[in-house]
Amino acid sequence: MNILVCISSVPDTTSKINFTENNTKFDKNGIQFVINPYDEFGLTKAIMLKEKLQANVSVITVGDASVEPVMRKALAIGADKAVRINMQPMDSFSTANEIASYVKQNKYDIIIAGKESSDYNSGAVPGIISEILDIPFVNACNGLNIEGEEINLSREIDGGIEKIQTKIPLIIGGQKGLVEESELKIPNMRGIMTARTKPLEVIEATTTNHLTESIEFEKPSVKGECKMIDENNISELVNELQNVTKVI
Amino acid sequence: MSITVYTENWEGKFRKSTFEAVCYAKKIADISNKEVKAISIGEIDENELKKLSNFGANTIVSYPKIKKNNEKGVATIIKNESENSNLIIFSNTFNAKSIAPRVSVKLNAGLITNVISEINDLENISVKRQSFSSKAIESIRLKSNCGVITISPNAFNVTENVVSFNIEVKANELDSNISITGKDVNKGKISLSEAEVVVSAGRGLKGPENWNMIEELADCLGAATACSKPVSDIGWRPHSEHVGQTGKAIAPNLYIAIGISGAIQHLAGVNSSKIMVAINTDPEAPFFKAADYGIVGDAFNVVPKLIDELKKINNN
Ligand SMILES: Cc1cc2nc3c(=O)[nH]c(=O)nc-3n(C[C@H](O)[C@H](O)[C@H](O)COP(=O)(O)OP(=O)(O)OC[C@H]3O[C@@H](n4cnc5c(N)ncnc54)[C@H](O)[C@@H]3O)c2cc1C
Ligand SMILES: Nc1ncnc2c1ncn2[C@@H]1O[C@H](COP(=O)(O)O)[C@@H](O)[C@H]1O
Repeated sequence: MNILVCISSVPDTTSKINFTENNTKFDKNGIQFVINPYDEFGLTKAIMLKEKLQANVSVITVGDASVEPVMRKALAIGADKAVRINMQPMDSFSTANEIASYVKQNKYDIIIAGKESSDYNSGAVPGIISEILDIPFVNACNGLNIEGEEINLSREIDGGIEKIQTKIPLIIGGQKGLVEESELKIPNMRGIMTARTKPLEVIEATTTNHLTESIEFEKPSVKGECKMIDENNISELVNELQNVTKVI
Repeated sequence: MSITVYTENWEGKFRKSTFEAVCYAKKIADISNKEVKAISIGEIDENELKKLSNFGANTIVSYPKIKKNNEKGVATIIKNESENSNLIIFSNTFNAKSIAPRVSVKLNAGLITNVISEINDLENISVKRQSFSSKAIESIRLKSNCGVITISPNAFNVTENVVSFNIEVKANELDSNISITGKDVNKGKISLSEAEVVVSAGRGLKGPENWNMIEELADCLGAATACSKPVSDIGWRPHSEHVGQTGKAIAPNLYIAIGISGAIQHLAGVNSSKIMVAINTDPEAPFFKAADYGIVGDAFNVVPKLIDELKKINNN
């Protein structure tokens, strides 16, 4: 079984977000990049499947050379091979198109992406890949079990959880539940050492087409002062919410 | 020419976010002299379908025999129904986010998700969207002729706009490439992502047995309940309630945070709320820097008082 994990390299969750070049570019200065949290659940799941089913696990990232440390981390966690498609992602469509082209040339049974990237939050890449490859797509996936030919999944829906059966090849947009927080793997020394010798293949991008274009960024307006209310004067809070800000 | 809207129902009733999407479409239709075409998938009765016309849908096409969780099939339907359309609008639900990317590929249309601004020019579409977990707003332009967008819940008002309409019911059936083998429905009546008021609690509550008062407070306010990440990690509350950077991003009118410290990852998912109230024993809790109203106090003392106060006004 061959598994491909799509990894987006994102700013660490504690990062302060700033922009440069007239607010057109994300300011990478001083930013620590990490594996997108949703992709980390997927990667860990893939490593578990590797141990259970002797699966092969590749990771793929569309990005420039600056994403390689994050890819090495994925190798240190246990992936067998990394593929970098050398392109600055332009939009979800171009990123997905590159990954789909790679999959067309290399057979994969399960493609694991995250339900969204924590930087651009598009939640679009796996769905686009599924359409290009015409394979089943399970979004917001929080459970994946393989027993022989049978694949059982679960996914979050607005209002509950759905259990699903489908066939390979398939793609998921994963999240917590694929594995638990406590099962996430921190690379150990041995992992880090062997990661250095594992293959990290660089492929040139073929896509030039993108369908959307980022113009600029702004930060949300800063909130005013917090109005403190005495704990013995709760009616004042209710009055404020009801008559001043009118939210209840 | 028309603007297409995907309308989603939950157990036979349209979602609030669906009405938001129809109203959103109607505004663009008005400025560009177009009609609004609504596509409904799944069993639904005619009275419910008619409601779409109260918000501006002129043409309502219903496919009762197709299930909404057959996303591949739904995408095919929407593509076929959109031949005369260069804008397809979805709301930001999980279901829509499984369909919209497929439609965008079929129509070679740019996809823009989490949209929070209106469209003023259909010929030259550019909009604002939430990004960086609500820490930034991105302006983005469509380069293709056709566009697919998903709008954020609670970002747009629902206003009545009654129009004349016609309903077409189509009997098509389509195979799915996934089969649904079971479903667990959340207990809470109000969907967290669509709720106008959210009551949320954190580790300060000490244990799952103390959530009764949180649920009671939510009931008084007609609110959905939410929680911080550690609370769902320990299993005090279901994961579906986890809000923040790695949980749900929400944007209610009112967010009440009880015993939540206000870590950057938590705030990232709730910062788009219009008004935030923090209740915390620690006057230095970071949440007070982000909140509009703050009460320094013990939740076990403050929450019951707040419930009493709300009951008073509910009784009047
Ligand atoms: C990669 C990553 C992603 C993360 N994603 C998220 C996320 O999506 N969502 C999220 O919530 N967190 C997230 N976190 C965790 C986040 O950093 C915080 O640890 C978490 O939000 C803290 O939860 P809390 O406020 O409930 O608990 P604590 O930080 O323990 O705070 C409890 C608060 O309750 C107060 N308190 C105690 N007793 C009482 C009382 N009786 N009455 C009133 N107040 C009381 C305390 O003063 C304190 O402020 C993430 C962390 C990482 C590293
Ligand atoms: N540049 C990228 N390279 C590889 N995978 C990506 C990239 N961007 C996004 N993805 C994958 O697609 C998922 C959803 O991302 P997005 O559509 O950008 O929100 C992520 O969780 C990743 O699994």
